[in-house]
Parts: sequence; C-alpha cells; structure tokens
Amino acid sequence: MKDINILMIGVGGQGTVLSSDIVCDVALAGDADVKKSEIHGMAQRGGSVVSHVRIGAKVLSPVIPVGEADIVISFENMEFLRYPEYAGKNTSLVVNKYRIYPPSVAGGQETYPAEQTEETKKAFKEVFEIDAMKTATAIGNSKVAGMVMLGKLAALLPFDADLWRTVISKKVPPKTVDMNLAAFNAGYQF
Amino acid sequence: MKEVLSGNEAFARGAYEYGVKVVSSYPGTPSTEITEHVAQYDEIYSEWATNEKVALETVIGASLAGRRAMTCMKHVGLNVAADPLMTVSYTGVNGGLIIVVADDPNMFSSQNEQDSRHYARLAKVPMLEPADSQEAKDFIGIALEVSEKYCTPVLVRSCTRISHSKSVVALKARNTPPIFEPENDIKKWVMVPANARVRHKIVENRLDKLSDCADTGRLTINPVEFRSEEIGIICAGVTYHYVKEAMPEASILKLEMVYPICFEKIKRFAEKVKKLYVVEELDRFIENELKAAGIEVEPLNRSVCGELSVDEVRKLFGKSVREPAFDPRQLPARPPNMCPGCSHRGMFYAIAKLKLFAAGDIGCYTLGLLPPLSAINSTVCMGASIPMAHGMDKATDGALARKSVAVIGDSTFFHTGINGLLNSVYNAGTSTVIILDNSITGMTGHQPNPGTGCTIKGAPTQKINFPKLLEAMGVKNIRTVNPFDPDECIKVLKEETAKEELSVIVTDKPCIFADRSVIKPPFYVDVNNCSGCTICTRLGCPAILWNKEEKRAFIDETLCTGCELCVKVCRFNAIHQRG
Repeated sequence: MKDINILMIGVGGQGTVLSSDIVCDVALAGDADVKKSEIHGMAQRGGSVVSHVRIGAKVLSPVIPVGEADIVISFENMEFLRYPEYAGKNTSLVVNKYRIYPPSVAGGQETYPAEQTEETKKAFKEVFEIDAMKTATAIGNSKVAGMVMLGKLAALLPFDADLWRTVISKKVPPKTVDMNLAAFNAGYQF
Repeated sequence: MKEVLSGNEAFARGAYEYGVKVVSSYPGTPSTEITEHVAQYDEIYSEWATNEKVALETVIGASLAGRRAMTCMKHVGLNVAADPLMTVSYTGVNGGLIIVVADDPNMFSSQNEQDSRHYARLAKVPMLEPADSQEAKDFIGIALEVSEKYCTPVLVRSCTRISHSKSVVALKARNTPPIFEPENDIKKWVMVPANARVRHKIVENRLDKLSDCADTGRLTINPVEFRSEEIGIICAGVTYHYVKEAMPEASILKLEMVYPICFEKIKRFAEKVKKLYVVEELDRFIENELKAAGIEVEPLNRSVCGELSVDEVRKLFGKSVREPAFDPRQLPARPPNMCPGCSHRGMFYAIAKLKLFAAGDIGCYTLGLLPPLSAINSTVCMGASIPMAHGMDKATDGALARKSVAVIGDSTFFHTGINGLLNSVYNAGTSTVIILDNSITGMTGHQPNPGTGCTIKGAPTQKINFPKLLEAMGVKNIRTVNPFDPDECIKVLKEETAKEELSVIVTDKPCIFADRSVIKPPFYVDVNNCSGCTICTRLGCPAILWNKEEKRAFIDETLCTGCELCVKVCRFNAIHQRG
C-alpha cells in the first residue's frame, strides 16, 4: 500500500493519544505496518501533545520527516501552527474549529493567533474544518469531540469504516461505546 | 497474534514471555510505563521501590535467589543505582538480571541529556539496544540469556523514541523460565577487597568473551546489510531506522550489542566499504571506541546535543530535505503547568508573596518556577533541595536560611530527600523544609509510593505518617498546613523561617488525580463584584482566565475543581461556588 504519514496534534486532555492508538490498531487490522511516536509534555493537562503515525507496507523511522506529512489533524484550532516542519505542498489539514486558550492568552498577555491560523490554512493542499465541539455537544457529550475528528480522519484513509467501529468499540470505556460511535459516524459523514 | 505496542509495553511483555519473576523500579519518564505494564501480569512480582538504588539491590537479591529479575529506570535514575551496578558487575548474577535504562535525547522531560552507554563501559557490563518494539521484547530474552550464560548483569538501553513509540509486535506465550538454586558463595557474593580482586579478573575475562560473542554473532546480534560498497554506516537503536530511511543505498552494520563492541566484525565490514561512518545519537561513544581501536572513521559534522531524525541523517550526508509548507512564527506557548486544583499552588503563592528563595527538587512542583508564581530558584536532582538549603544555611551562618526554604514532594522525599533531612538534623541545620505531600508520585503519572497507602497492584499497605516520622528523626519544629489557605501558609512560613532551628512544614492535601473525592462544585466570578485587581490570575491556575475587553477575571467551570484557593485570595467577595 501507499505510505501514509499522519501528524496528530492536540492539547493534553483532548484524547489525541487515544485517537492515535486507534489509528494504529486499525492499520494493523487492515494488514498494514504501522509505527507511532508521541511526545506529551511533562504536565498532565493543557500542554501540547503530538503523535506521529506512519502507515505503509514497511515503516522505518517512527518520526515523520520534514514536509512529508500527508495529513495533519489538529484537535484544536491553532495547534497545527506549532509544527510547521512536517507539512508540505501536498498535505491535507483536518482542523477543529474549537479554540482552547493558552495560559498567556487566557491571562491577557497575548492574543489568540486567529488571523495567522486562517492565513496558514492556505498553505495546505486542502482543508477540512470541523466544528467538533458543536457536533459532540449535539450528540450529548463534549468529551467525544475528539472522536468526531477521528471520524473525519477515517474518511480520508483507505480502511473500511466497520474496521474503525470495531477497534473503537474495544478501545473506549464500555459505557461510552454508543456515544463514541455516534460521534465517529458524525465525523465520518462530515 | 500481533499487536501494536509501545516500546515500554514491549519491554514488559518481554519480561512476561521470558519468565522474569521479580521487577522492582522507581518511576521516571520515559521508562515508567514498563513497570506499570509489568504490574498487569500476575505471574511477575512487581513493586515500586523508593529509589533506583533500592530497586537494583532488590533485583540483585532476586537474582541471587535464583530467579530472573529486571529493574527499569530513566538515565538519571541509573546515576542513583550506579553504586550497586559497579559491584554487581563483580559479583555477577545467578538468575538472569537486566537493567532497562531509558535515555531522553532532546530532554523532553529530563534535567540533563546524559548518554547511558558510558555506564556499560564504566561497569564493564554488556549493553543491548533495540530499534523498535519487536526488538524491545526480543532483546529482553537475549539479555536474560546473555546474563545467565556470561554471569553478568545486562543493560538494555531505550530512549524516548523507543519507549514512547509504538510498532507491531508478535506475541508469544510465557516461557518456563530456568530456576536456579539460591547461591551461598562467599567468594562470589561478599565483595571485600580480597574477594573483589579475584572477581575483577573474572570481569575482564568476561568482557573478552563477550567481545568474541559480539564478533561472531552467536546470539544473532549485530547484523550486516550489505548494499553499496561506497558507504558503510554503523548505527544502533532507533538511529538504525533513521539511517535506513535516509540512506537506502548504504551498507549498514546495526549494532545490537553496543558494548562491548564487535571490533573484528567491524574491521571486516570496514574492508568491504570505501568509507566507514558512525551515525549515533548523543555522545561519540561508538566512534571513539572505534578510533581507539585503530579503525578509520570518516568525520561527520554532527551535534552531540539533541536527537537525530531521518532529516538530520540526510543533512549529515549532504542530501536535501523537503521545504516546510509554512514558516514557524512566534505562538502563545502551552507550557506545562500545575493542574487546576493542584495542592502545590497555594504554598507557592505564599512563597512568592514572601519573596523566599526556594531550593527546588524534581517533581510536578518544579513547575512552580513558571510565571506568574516564579517561585522556584534551583533544581538539580532528586533529593537535592534539602541539602542545598542546608548548604546555603551553613555558608551564610544562617542568614540565607531565614530567607529561604527547601521544597520537596512526598515521593522525592522518600527517594533521596530523607537522607538529606537526616543530615540537616544531625548537623544542626536551621533551614526550613516544606514537604509538599500530595500522597502520590504526580509528575510521572500517579504512581503510589510509601505515603499513598497502597502498592503498585492497589493492595492496601502501610501509609507513612509524616509528623511521626519527622518526630522520630529528631525534627523539633513540625507544622502541618492546608495549602489551599494561603494566609495560613504565609503565617507559618514567616514563623518557621525566623527560627534558628530546623523546621519542617508538611502540606496535607492530595493530588487532584490521586483522590478524585476532593473535587467540589466549580466556582464562578461575580462580575458585579470583580474589581479587575488580577490577584486571582496571579495564582497561575489554568481555570482562571482574563477577559481583556472587560478587564475582569472569569473561571472556566469545566476545568475548575473547587479547590477554593482563588476565593481565599479574592478581597472583593467576587468568587462564589455553584450549586
């Protein structure tokens, strides 16, 4: 199969790590080789989180080389700006419209880089903007916003939707399966 | 069956499959999850030790008793365990004994970037280095085999990109491990000088045999992939994958045993290629070994700081790398921060308010250094805060002790802080020590410790009573304070730092993640009463935000845990609780 590099970016607590684990399990179930590398800062919540996921017939480095991400998925509106080196001319961006204010913005010392976010989107081959928080809230729980994002990512990858649903059902807490699948389906059809 | 496992899960799986009986470790990023995953296997006895030295000594005992044993730590943890390491090299082992050490190139969560390979040479023990999760699992088996065959402890080196990366691993059933009779052999296990002199020769002889093993590859180690005759590259660990992706044309000798080095094999490899390079992360360890052995190595303009990548390797060999799609610009940072409801925040607020110099330590509370609190003035290593405050006290004949404190967490206090405090008591120190007791090891992800009241498996156990312990140690001034009451903290700090005697202040509120029962209904800001004075935003609580237009604070109620700290500092009765 064609190699696919996915850079998954979020803020601690958004479920970025769980989402990237799900992508790995789907890839393995879909008979591909897969590697993932993640850096989550020292703090438990609120810090920047990034996962590199590489899928292919045989994956070597667990880290995506410069400019070689096929898809950048940003679980927060501005966070993709933090990792400019991985996106290239042929990179697609999946971005959540939802903003989480960094401490300096929340404290009033800096402003949220809204203009820069809009401007930088033009550098991508294509951009999918998802209002994941709104969708998740409509489903009934803001905590499944990450699963809406994952649904959209799934729609861009060459694995059967039912494979995703099977893996998600195993990976999320049993009581939350229905809610997560509803969020996944919403994102998949976005 | 195949699964996608992190390197750390794979190390744990290796311990399971290859019959390890005892695992004792102290948590340290990026090694922590190995022991956490080991704890899920009932066949293995596992524990959190109070520090890495204790952990290694525990598994030395397990090995002496004839069972396979493993300890896991981060690179700086190996410094703490270095004392027993140097001598267990001499005694050798009975049951297989392995030490997994996880380095942190680029220091994603560490205070230094040391290269643990030097310990293999210093201790004269073999070191294996896996390149992905499959090898992480397999090398546990090889390491145990080497350990028992050559009567040596074996180091297995990981790094952040192995420990916290995931790749596909084929799972197998648990082997029936070899079981040895416990050894009662004074000449082997009692390292008095007369016995140690004999053992040193055995150690040197063992290294020769291990070198021979590395050269002949009897354990299928150090494979060669021969491609171009122009370029030959020697590499190890995750760097192997960077090299293979960046230089698909090059011939590669992949060192799986990074110490001792397979010199004969490398000489044969060098003869077949025109130019021989070493590509390695951090220090020029392999390169210097080769040069010392008279093997010609081509120079590479490589930094010894930070980590490598496919791109870095491409650049080293003059290849172009792709252009990023957009330029990086200055962004509002998302620094690590103490969580909303963190029990450390109130004490740091009090320390900052009194402008005390705070000798810090390693843990979540190190984050007290960040603005707006900016309340930490030094951080060196686990346990350093108390002796450093003691040194400042003695150097200034008590003057600095009146204006400073040492801060340390419960887990770090048990790790190496307790020794420092004993030293201060014994030597009549007059400093003020604050034990920020949140009843958990927070920074590494909430592992229980002797102050928690349960074991790694969640079984109830003895919980250390700080006031009683301190009293038994001879501390005369012992105060317990509520860290969510900054006025009380300020009052106690003033009183205790003024005393020309040693004082210990203990905070008594748990980590919000250790004990969810402390979470209360959230607070909100009453806009009619808020004067915009910013005193609450100066707590650095992630749940307290600032509305620039209205010049008012507001609270993100989804983040607020109801700790009441902001209520205590607000002078305008503007913060109230929901419900």
